[in-house]
Amino acid sequence: MQGFSTLLYKELLRFWKVGFQTILAPVVTALLYLLIFSHALKGRVQIYPGVSYTAFLVPGLVMMSALQNAFANSSSSLIQSKVMGNVVFLLLPPLSYPEIFLAYTTAAVIRGVIVGLGVFAVTLAFTHLPVREPLWLAAFAVLGCSILGAAGIVAGIWADKFDQLAAFQNFIIVPLTFLSGVFYSIHSLPAFWQALSRFNPFFYVIDGFRYGFFGLSDVSPWTSFGVVFGFFLALSLLTLQLLRSGYKLRF
Amino acid sequence: MTPGGDHVPAIRVQGVHKHFGSLHALRGVDLAIEQGEFFALLGPNGAGKTTLISILAGLARADEGRVEILGFDVRHDYRRARRALGVVPQELVFDPFFTVREFLTLQSGYYGLRHNEAWIEELLHHLDLTPKADTNMRNLSGGMKRRALVAQALVHKPPVIVLDEPTSGVDVELRHSLWQFIQRLNREGHTIVLTTHYLEEAQNLCTRVAMLKHGGIVALDATESLLRATQEPSLRLTLVPDRLPPSLAPRLTLQEKGVYTLSLRDYAQTEEVLRVLREAGVRVADMSVERPDLEDVFVQIMSRH
Ligand SMILES: Nc1ncnc2c1ncn2[C@@H]1O[C@H](COP(=O)(O)OP(=O)(O)O)[C@@H](O)[C@H]1O
Ligand SMILES: [Mg+2]
Repeated sequence: MQGFSTLLYKELLRFWKVGFQTILAPVVTALLYLLIFSHALKGRVQIYPGVSYTAFLVPGLVMMSALQNAFANSSSSLIQSKVMGNVVFLLLPPLSYPEIFLAYTTAAVIRGVIVGLGVFAVTLAFTHLPVREPLWLAAFAVLGCSILGAAGIVAGIWADKFDQLAAFQNFIIVPLTFLSGVFYSIHSLPAFWQALSRFNPFFYVIDGFRYGFFGLSDVSPWTSFGVVFGFFLALSLLTLQLLRSGYKLRF
Repeated sequence: MTPGGDHVPAIRVQGVHKHFGSLHALRGVDLAIEQGEFFALLGPNGAGKTTLISILAGLARADEGRVEILGFDVRHDYRRARRALGVVPQELVFDPFFTVREFLTLQSGYYGLRHNEAWIEELLHHLDLTPKADTNMRNLSGGMKRRALVAQALVHKPPVIVLDEPTSGVDVELRHSLWQFIQRLNREGHTIVLTTHYLEEAQNLCTRVAMLKHGGIVALDATESLLRATQEPSLRLTLVPDRLPPSLAPRLTLQEKGVYTLSLRDYAQTEEVLRVLREAGVRVADMSVERPDLEDVFVQIMSRH
């Protein structure tokens, strides 16, 4: 436990020391999205009856920011350690693989949630949101960030260079989060894209998260929870197996 | 022999092979280092020293063979093996996010040590790092970074300590204080294994030596035996008058600037040389006995293999 809590503390300290980049910057980015999209589309789109487009947008933006920062936290920490060579300080001590996995994932969740709360706080200036199902909201926030935290570990282990990590982020993480219904309800999509969206785990994360606010969603929150939890479990097993095998870490 | 007990070797390496692609970096290394030894692992660049140390530390994995630290298998019992081992890596790595003290506190935590401040202060003191304790690692000079790496290896007071070229790029003063500290740890019972390119360091400090070449061990013996077996001592003489009695000519190995170097089979032969000189009426103006050094031995062994 001491190993886990120390590593968690180190990971928190790492992003806290550069909070300007790791917390403030993503909040500002989300704010820009909100200003642009809500201004451009205000009045033209109404997805749920009685919910303005700006209000519809907020949960998606909060979640997208949280997810992308959760991913950035574990992946950039690992790739920096590998490139600098200081990953040995993690590999020499008797840290167990579950401890490493849990510490990186938890730190990613905490950074994701802090960024999400930050984004939510600034959007309060523009629109007021109900919070109908706080437990669902918290469950999807934590699970979503856990998935991205674990995915960040996998990417950080796999990538040898920063540009490989950027490719992973730009070609996998960003499209999946963008195309998950952040800016729209999938019901507004053509049938083909609607069907395809159902294979995107992040669709369920965002849909379930939105349910936490409005009590309304495209699919039942239980279904979303099942899909998201199953996906998290599968990804965790993969990540643990990678850590155990020493892939790209212990040559 | 139980793992962790008094009678198991500090380090046991059995039949270890390691390939990097087509390169056969370790070719069946067998080695046992006893508890309390001060041991040198020598060899030219690329011999495989760092690779072997990486396998001990679990940073790399052997393709074949077994490695144990105090009887704990580095693969299957990795947590206990790593707790028993402290490693100073060869590369000058550091984490730019933290100060020296933060770094050492974090490393302690990874080993499960919560209140390690007293020992960390002692380490900082012995390694002359106290004035830099709250400096960010990235602002330290190379020598200071090296000290922090040494401190890192010792935070958990490991019974077995491996130092991979700890004195490269380090000034004479630090080298001296570092070895004093390491010698103290050895006297207190820690097993020390080091690699170095300064062979006089190894000769002065280490009781036993292994020499590695192309991934294989080419010599493994007590330092004294290697010195004795490989080369004879010699006697350097300045003579008045400047003339060597003919009966000593067969011993002459070198003659320059009026200094005669004579080889001896052992130190007792000094007596006989002096007798011959006295009888020939030649006076000794200056004399020194030259011990063969580890560098000579090293060069000789490496050229043989
Ligand atoms: N990660 C690696 N990938 C490929 N080759 C390596 C790697 N590490 C070491 N080698 C090669 O293995 C050989 C032994 O290297 P090393 O153990 O560093 O030698 P030494 O420490 O004795 O100088 C060298 O030829 C080196 O180039
Ligand atoms: Mg080396």
